[in-house]
Amino acid sequence: MLIHLLFGNLTLEAIPFHTPIIMGAALFMALFTFAVLLLITITGNWSYIWHEWVCSVDHKKIGIMYLLLSVLMFLRGFSDVVLMRTQQAIAAGSSLGYLPPEHYDQIFSAHGVIMIFFVVMPMMFALLNMAVPLQIGARDVAYPYLNSLSFWLTFVGAMLCNVSLVIGDFAAAGWLAYPPLSELYYSPTVGVDYYVWSLQIAGVGTLLAGINFIATIIKMRCKGMTLMKMPIFVWSALCAMILVVLAFPVLTVTLALLELDRMFGMHFFTDFAGGNSMMYINLIWVWGHPEVYILILPAFGVFSEVVATFSQKKLFGYTTMVWALAVITFLSFVVWLHHFFTMGAGADVNAFFGIATMVIAIPTGVKVFNWLFTMYKGRIILTTPMLWVTAFFTTFAIGGMTGVMMAVPPVDFQVHNSLFLVAHFHNVIIGGVLFGYFAGIIYWFPKAFGFRLNEKWGIWSFIFWVLGFYLAFMPLYVIGLSGFMRRTNHYPDLVYQPYLIAAALGAGLIFIGMVLQIIQVAVSIKNRKALRDHSGDPWNGRTLEWSVASPAPLYNFAVLPTVRERDQFWADKKEQAKGAIHPLDLHYQPIHMPKNTPAGFIIAIFSGIAGFALIWHMLIPGIVGFLGILSTVIAKSFSTDTDYYIDADTIRKTELAHIKELG
Amino acid sequence: MHSEMTVHEHHLDSNSTDVFGFWIYIMTDCILFGTLFTTFLVLNAQVQNGITLKTYLDLYDVLAETFLLLGSNFTFCLAILSLYQNKLLRVQAWLALTFLLGASFVFIEVNEFIHLATEGFSWDLNGHASSFFTLVGTHGLHVSFGLLWILMMIIQLPFLKITPITKRRMTYLGLFWNFLDIVWVFVFTIVYLMGAL
Repeated sequence: MLIHLLFGNLTLEAIPFHTPIIMGAALFMALFTFAVLLLITITGNWSYIWHEWVCSVDHKKIGIMYLLLSVLMFLRGFSDVVLMRTQQAIAAGSSLGYLPPEHYDQIFSAHGVIMIFFVVMPMMFALLNMAVPLQIGARDVAYPYLNSLSFWLTFVGAMLCNVSLVIGDFAAAGWLAYPPLSELYYSPTVGVDYYVWSLQIAGVGTLLAGINFIATIIKMRCKGMTLMKMPIFVWSALCAMILVVLAFPVLTVTLALLELDRMFGMHFFTDFAGGNSMMYINLIWVWGHPEVYILILPAFGVFSEVVATFSQKKLFGYTTMVWALAVITFLSFVVWLHHFFTMGAGADVNAFFGIATMVIAIPTGVKVFNWLFTMYKGRIILTTPMLWVTAFFTTFAIGGMTGVMMAVPPVDFQVHNSLFLVAHFHNVIIGGVLFGYFAGIIYWFPKAFGFRLNEKWGIWSFIFWVLGFYLAFMPLYVIGLSGFMRRTNHYPDLVYQPYLIAAALGAGLIFIGMVLQIIQVAVSIKNRKALRDHSGDPWNGRTLEWSVASPAPLYNFAVLPTVRERDQFWADKKEQAKGAIHPLDLHYQPIHMPKNTPAGFIIAIFSGIAGFALIWHMLIPGIVGFLGILSTVIAKSFSTDTDYYIDADTIRKTELAHIKELG
Repeated sequence: MHSEMTVHEHHLDSNSTDVFGFWIYIMTDCILFGTLFTTFLVLNAQVQNGITLKTYLDLYDVLAETFLLLGSNFTFCLAILSLYQNKLLRVQAWLALTFLLGASFVFIEVNEFIHLATEGFSWDLNGHASSFFTLVGTHGLHVSFGLLWILMMIIQLPFLKITPITKRRMTYLGLFWNFLDIVWVFVFTIVYLMGAL
């Protein structure tokens, strides 16, 4: 009895000892974790890691932790790619490949979930944390402690998803877990429960981060920075975060209802007793379509910054850029039905959603032309961020056009759920979102770490990534158009095989690109002295983040800046020394800062315990988890010792050290 | 108030920023309830196996719940008034009354749920019943969470005293409690009154 209260449905049989691939992966993960822990212990860095990172409420450090999480999960998500691409390349005709269907189904589900929620979303929040407060001239986000909580909730969600690899299984119902397949009677294992609870926990983190960044951008801009003087990246972040707070509650409800069906035998999405599975598909896409724009808008923001900086010219058509963002933000809420034209809602409904979808191409086109006109007659410097932007232009244009094709309902009936669709969304998510985030990471890397990334290795990784992308996905368009369905584990017709071998080779090229990126980072760390960014302004930038040292000091700005125009830092550089006070003569004042706190980490860990307990129906750990969350929140609310002052002398010293380095 | 402003100079206007964030949170909660209402209406339109809430409904209970919740909102406002007069004991007393009224609301609701489930209108009966229990239950869960929060404020106020921080927390709590009243008005109308038709 006690055993059941403690362990619920969890038994040793949940661990797949007989599956060598999984046990190998588990062993690798365990060894890796153990090696990291051992390294920390040997170097005696536990205290440093705990106080300076785990408990940190500094947006710059939280940004770096988001980035690390994203990179780790990227490797995990990509290992799924290797498995799927090799399976499809060999499983033709009489060969069944090496992955049984039930395993293959888990792999493509995990691939989608990991890539969207635990790779691209953390990468977006990494960029937001690295850049937004600095760009608006603020010392931190509006709620630093909440920011730490958001990160750790995302982290715990990701880890819960990883645990499913070893203990139990993961959802095998696709990345959006459509019912009735995801209902208990078709998916009786804990896979879908892992899916629901890891997304719920990470989703709460995302929602809180959305609230945090909206409040930061609306309330904490420096003096003089009106909304229409904000850098475009901040605008794109604001629009994306508005989408987050509008869309994520819908995801929370949708997943909760699915879980209620599974746990308490309710009938929201069952196909009997009055349930309606199409309602799930509507609800999940009411969140899901805005989610696509949550990902792409910040990438658009990055392009705007990168193009202006490396063309050494102010952004063309700022106002139209802002309006385009706003229009896309609005339209993203009225197109969700284009994900399932085949539902059979009738010609009128499909026509409305089809046209609304096509209309999105207009503001997007405005943006592309604005970037091109910014480059026109500019002094273009082809650094790696700029290379990624150029690759984006062509790749995203192709992805956009296939998107418009599928917005035509009759065409969609033909290609619905085919590899054509798979090629399309990888085309926009890799060619748009990921290329943009890569550009942003290279662009802001010096600001976060204090040194630039090696260009040579960067160019090679760029070449392999782009070639690999085209080789991997163009064949999928072709066979998708001729009727090859997504999520296919085996196909009898050998005609398709060459295309899928090509796609596998493309994935191989992308893998080489990733390895080269890792080498790029390693080489850069090794040569960090030579690559050191002494000035804090390595790219001759235009916006406020380049006006401070790299990496930015704890307090960001010794004196909060005042802004009169859009590219204030650029203007300051142009009219240098005219009436500016020399930093030596400045009168520094103590700066009020929030203290680091472990509360965010502890709450997230208890959430993880509660989530795991809910998955396995463990009563006692579940209660421990919930009481843990509650008591941490309550204990934190009694604490009044939450902030401190950095004294003026320390600030003066830090600032003077930067001046000295400037030379 | 003024001294607090200068202490928090790094946030320029920390108080208004914090309350602004809470408003956004309330808005997300609004969307959460909006989604649940939509689900309820969709599943209500296609009731299977003929069993609906109407058969089991006791509108007098619901009326009592409504007055308890609206009354608790009134007493909470009185607590806020006392807060701004710096009368700690009175704040606690009004909060305690608010707690009692809110707790009675939850008590009646739980009773109603037990009654419905044992009479045959259980959550696993059909989609209509599932959406009823989920929508009303989510509201009830919010109220229960609010009760816990009120209890914490009663305990916390003597320790932290009436400061800008506790005043701000009372503002959050007030927004939350008011919001739950507004949601209840919709629950009352859409679930119960329309359900009784």
